Amino acid sequence: MKLVTAIIKPFKLEDVRDALTAMGVRGMTVTEVKGYGRQRGHTEIYRGAEYAVNFLPKIRLEVAVSADEVDKVVEAIGTAAKTGQIGDGKIFVAPIEHVVRIRTGETDAGAL
Amino acid sequence: MRGISIAGAAAVAAATVALAPSAALAQTAAKIDPADTAWMISATALVLMMTIPGLALFYAGMVRKKNVLATMAQSLAATALCSILWAGLGYTLAFGGDAPLLGTLDRLLLRGIGMDTISPFAKTIPEALFMIYHMAFAVITTALVAGAVADRMRFSAFLWFAALWLIVVYVPIAHWVWGGGFLATAGMLDFAGGTVVHLNAGVAGLVAAVVLGARRGYGSDNFAPYDLSLAVIGTGLLWVGWFGFNGGSALAANSRAAFAIVATHLAASTGALTWMALEWWTRGKPSVLGMISGAVAGLGTITPASGFVLPWHGVIIGLIAGAVCFWSCTRLKLFWGYDDSLDVFGVHGVGGATGTLLVGVFAVSAVGGTAGWLEGNGSQVLVQLYGVAATLAWSAVATFAVLKAIAVFIPLRVDKQSEVEGLDVTQHGEALQ
Repeated sequence: MKLVTAIIKPFKLEDVRDALTAMGVRGMTVTEVKGYGRQRGHTEIYRGAEYAVNFLPKIRLEVAVSADEVDKVVEAIGTAAKTGQIGDGKIFVAPIEHVVRIRTGETDAGAL
Repeated sequence: MRGISIAGAAAVAAATVALAPSAALAQTAAKIDPADTAWMISATALVLMMTIPGLALFYAGMVRKKNVLATMAQSLAATALCSILWAGLGYTLAFGGDAPLLGTLDRLLLRGIGMDTISPFAKTIPEALFMIYHMAFAVITTALVAGAVADRMRFSAFLWFAALWLIVVYVPIAHWVWGGGFLATAGMLDFAGGTVVHLNAGVAGLVAAVVLGARRGYGSDNFAPYDLSLAVIGTGLLWVGWFGFNGGSALAANSRAAFAIVATHLAASTGALTWMALEWWTRGKPSVLGMISGAVAGLGTITPASGFVLPWHGVIIGLIAGAVCFWSCTRLKLFWGYDDSLDVFGVHGVGGATGTLLVGVFAVSAVGGTAGWLEGNGSQVLVQLYGVAATLAWSAVATFAVLKAIAVFIPLRVDKQSEVEGLDVTQHGEALQ
């Protein structure tokens, strides 16, 4: 089991969700976050005062999938979230030790 | 119940007779006009609405999230405190007599104001209405100053400041210009407060900002506004309220009030468009903060002129206001290096002075009874300059003195930790979640 965490541009969320739904992914968790990478920040101007805004709004999307699906999921997110511009984001894949579905008590593969 | 109310009325009547001053102020009524009275009651409500919630929202939307409630608290407290002080002492010192420097104590605690009394300055409305109309002006002027020291002034020090500043700075200038004082005698034109309200608040704000010092992190930290949508709503309320501010300054329901309102609205419109255009041109984007700043600049600048000029003069004055105030907020402020948090000086001070001088240029005798430079009376500009200089000098010196006097007893600023944590939680024990 793998946890796929993707940091993407907010306006790409719908595309990514559609792509994952189309390939059978049945759940995900989405958080509005702020951060920066190579894109760095931007400046905002208020009546002549310029402020560097280092942290830009991003979406963090988390999906737990079985190990054999993970490559397809990563590829789908990568394709759907890509604009080719700086700031498209990153995808992280990490192993999951244990999963429990709270309602039924099912565990691991049965709980995904 | 009925007996009590009759007894109460009798007591009031007796007190009124007993306390009525023998001076010329106690004029008999008979001429109170229902239409004028109705309009001035409405105008009074509009001007009060400019401070709460107008100015409270305008200012609070421009500060950081941790100082939103504290900024609103300043507008609220100024409203309550200055209203009491105006009724008790301010009104009589400003409008209770026409000596050159200050009024009298004839109207102390509203003494002598009965059902039928009128003021010599507004002969068709009840004096109580004239008193409360000007109360709303005293309130907003004091509340305006607070914007310059937003994010760092101790609330208790602000309360002392509001009380002392109202009596020591606002009241004398109101008397000089509107209460028959030396600037009125000199023929200085200020329809609704270019000097009394805007230049005065702007200069006081500048002095206060310099005396308190810049906010911690000024020039390096991000001071981006928490919620400009609040400031947009506040601007809308100010804009609408300004119809009562300038239109009401005719003190009657007449064509002059209508002319003042048209000029006011046009000036706000061109002010907003001018600032927007300049920002688009120099910064690449037309910001919402720029549009509302331009609108308020146009409104503040047309204020002294509104009842003396033609409506289309409002278009020109608003255009000049947008340009001059844009320059003062984006260039002059950086050049001098002062931290006037919400640009009280850059918008109201500079706008008020500009507008007061422009009355001398554009005044039309058919509207307000006095001709300006364009009608061949060039010396009016010098009279206006005299008014600006007198206001500027007294506002600067007396505001400085008031602040230094308070600082002997209470620190004007909050301590470093409170400033970093925010005034909402440290001054008021509350916070936006």
